[in-house]
Amino acid sequence: MTELQTSPDRRNFFSKAAALVVGGLIAVVAPVAGMFTLFDPLRRKSAARNWTRVASLGSLPDSGEPRKFPVLDTLIDAWNKTENVPIGSVYVQKTGDNTVRVLNSVCPHLGCSVGFNATSQGYFCPCHKSSFAVDGRILDPKSPSPRAMDALEAEVRNGEVWVKFQNFRKGSPDKIPV
Amino acid sequence: MAKRLDEGRAAMGTWLDQRTGYKALLHETLFENVPGGARWRYAWGSTLMFFFSVQVITGIFLWMSYSPSSQTAWESVYYIQHHMWGGWFLRGLHHFVAQAMTVLLVLHLMQVVIDGAYKAPREVNFWFGVGLLVLTLALSLTGYLLPWDQNGYWATAVTTNIVGMSPGLGPSMQEMLVGGARYGHLTLTRFFALHAGLIPGLIILLIVGHVSLFRRHGLTPKVPLKGPDQGFWPEQVLRDAVACLAVLVVVIFFVVREHGAPLGAPADPAEQFSAARPEWYFLFLFQFLKYFPGKTELIGAIVLPALCMLVLVAIPILGQWKLGHRFNLGFLGAMLVGAVLLTWQAKRDDQRDVEFQIAKIGAARDAARAVELANAGVPITGALSLLRDDPLTQGPRIFSRNCASCHRYDGHDGLGNALPKDSISASDLKGFASRVWVQGFLNADTILSSRYWGGTIHTEGEMARWLSDHIPATDEARATRANVVLALSSLAKRPSQATVDVTDRARIALGIQFMRDTKSGCASCHTFQDVGTDSPELTEWGSRQWMIEFVTDPTHPKFFGRDNDRMPSFGKDNTLSEREIAMVVDWIREEWYRPKGAIKPP
Repeated sequence: MTELQTSPDRRNFFSKAAALVVGGLIAVVAPVAGMFTLFDPLRRKSAARNWTRVASLGSLPDSGEPRKFPVLDTLIDAWNKTENVPIGSVYVQKTGDNTVRVLNSVCPHLGCSVGFNATSQGYFCPCHKSSFAVDGRILDPKSPSPRAMDALEAEVRNGEVWVKFQNFRKGSPDKIPV
Repeated sequence: MAKRLDEGRAAMGTWLDQRTGYKALLHETLFENVPGGARWRYAWGSTLMFFFSVQVITGIFLWMSYSPSSQTAWESVYYIQHHMWGGWFLRGLHHFVAQAMTVLLVLHLMQVVIDGAYKAPREVNFWFGVGLLVLTLALSLTGYLLPWDQNGYWATAVTTNIVGMSPGLGPSMQEMLVGGARYGHLTLTRFFALHAGLIPGLIILLIVGHVSLFRRHGLTPKVPLKGPDQGFWPEQVLRDAVACLAVLVVVIFFVVREHGAPLGAPADPAEQFSAARPEWYFLFLFQFLKYFPGKTELIGAIVLPALCMLVLVAIPILGQWKLGHRFNLGFLGAMLVGAVLLTWQAKRDDQRDVEFQIAKIGAARDAARAVELANAGVPITGALSLLRDDPLTQGPRIFSRNCASCHRYDGHDGLGNALPKDSISASDLKGFASRVWVQGFLNADTILSSRYWGGTIHTEGEMARWLSDHIPATDEARATRANVVLALSSLAKRPSQATVDVTDRARIALGIQFMRDTKSGCASCHTFQDVGTDSPELTEWGSRQWMIEFVTDPTHPKFFGRDNDRMPSFGKDNTLSEREIAMVVDWIREEWYRPKGAIKPP
């Protein structure tokens, strides 16, 4: 390893150090430039959702059995902006003459789409078998879901059901908006 | 403690070495003998290696955000350039390093030929190098298309059509490359696979061959030797790194100065693009082609470049001949001087070409407008549909194609092209129905100028006669005329006058009062609101709807009727669609999308 070293040790040390410094400097530029774009999504906060109309009160059965409706709103997908397209879906059930309960149809466990089973009168997630009562509570203590189904802010205005649609972080016991 | 750590590290090193042999590999990589000591001139190969890896790294990061389809390619690149954190820098780095690599390739080739490094036993390695040169240029060509902007689109159309021109399999090869008869999704997916997959893969294979052959034969020392031999590490590594740093500094200078890489307007197959040019390092080929008109084109586009490539490949064989080395030097020199001259010529031609300069300004305007519109969100039909529905972009084009044979817009054809003076026969429509425009129109001195009715049969008409008979002589008459100007202009409801039309409402009311006067006012001839009898009607005169109806059919009794002077009924005759008429009208009314907070363009 040393047979080629003809220059004095000090000069050799300087060259090695300088080569490492300059080499390190030029080597980081491209990866660092790329990292910024890689981390770009982290600094983007999803915009607060608007109130959207999802259904008319008349289309809901008085029995309180839930119905599933798509939520139409403006979808912003990177550069695309599309008005009035489905951005998710909700279960709406009548809880009184002029009151409703609205649940996000996505399982709080790992985000599969939850189905409503009319015979058992409860929600059931086909992926990991989380089950929920008709009001969204966890039914089975062994259910893998860490929390109840996500209830959404909802209002009845002139016979129409309006909802503030929101998704929440999956797998957490707390409802954290995303 | 430190000693134990060292021992631990050594043990781990031995463990890893026994299983991988990395020490020998590292030794092999770093301790190449450099005969006569390290020199700057040996740095070119290393810089190319370094910048190729920069391209791989920046390329992979760009790949994470790029979407190759004709509705998303421009859009994703726009998103990288204008919205992603540091995206412009990443793009700029990829773009300008590509240009630097072309320069470095030429320098490397020059150094190899000048030093005779192609001679036996290094012939095969020279051919590897030529292969790398061709592949790197292929990377440039394929990469130029990927942003799917006007420049890349039209430049690629030309190169692929050259492929299609080649005899025999040419047309089939072109169709295969383009993914069909038209440029579209498949062109992008294919070019992207070539650009990010096949070509870099081949380059890596050739680099492995190139470097291992280089190691086998050692470098070609420049005689006389400067001093004793040195190791590649650290002396030559230091020089290589400094050379890379120097080039990188230049690249970053351009990246910052240009704020990334250029991005034109989205590709539009239907829109003439007179500003199309290849990348600057292909300009010499572009210029070369100009010398081969008509059927000789094949010679300039394919035969001669292929012959030059053949001579380049033959350099090691030619070098065996007694005067071979000199011939090779002469050939390379002639090629370089030729390329420089042709590039200079191409640049000079473009500079003198007024139409090209105007096209370039137009291209920059469209590019900026596309970004402005896209900032409000791109529909899934792509950014091109934004431009196609934009009065500011389409208005001037529709105007220049359909209106500019008689009308002018601020003296030009709408797009900025000058027109022959004697071709003016109708009014200049810049600011039509605005206060300034109406003031010139309701003035006996100016109505007969070519800005208004000077070139029409209306010079002999009643309106012109009335104006010359009613030149306001008193202060009162002048005030009334001024009020009529405000009133008539206010009927147009031009958005730019919305505020002043409100502040001047008292004077406008006085003007309207005069207009409604059936004895001495406008309504003595014109139909206006519920008074007057004759055409053209002045109700809502100059408003958006009035203009659309007028352009649709100026011969309608409501307008000029039989007195119409040569103006075609664009809508009635289906020369223009409703949408086109509305866009040209909106453009003349300066009624187009403006981002919030933006200043009104002049």
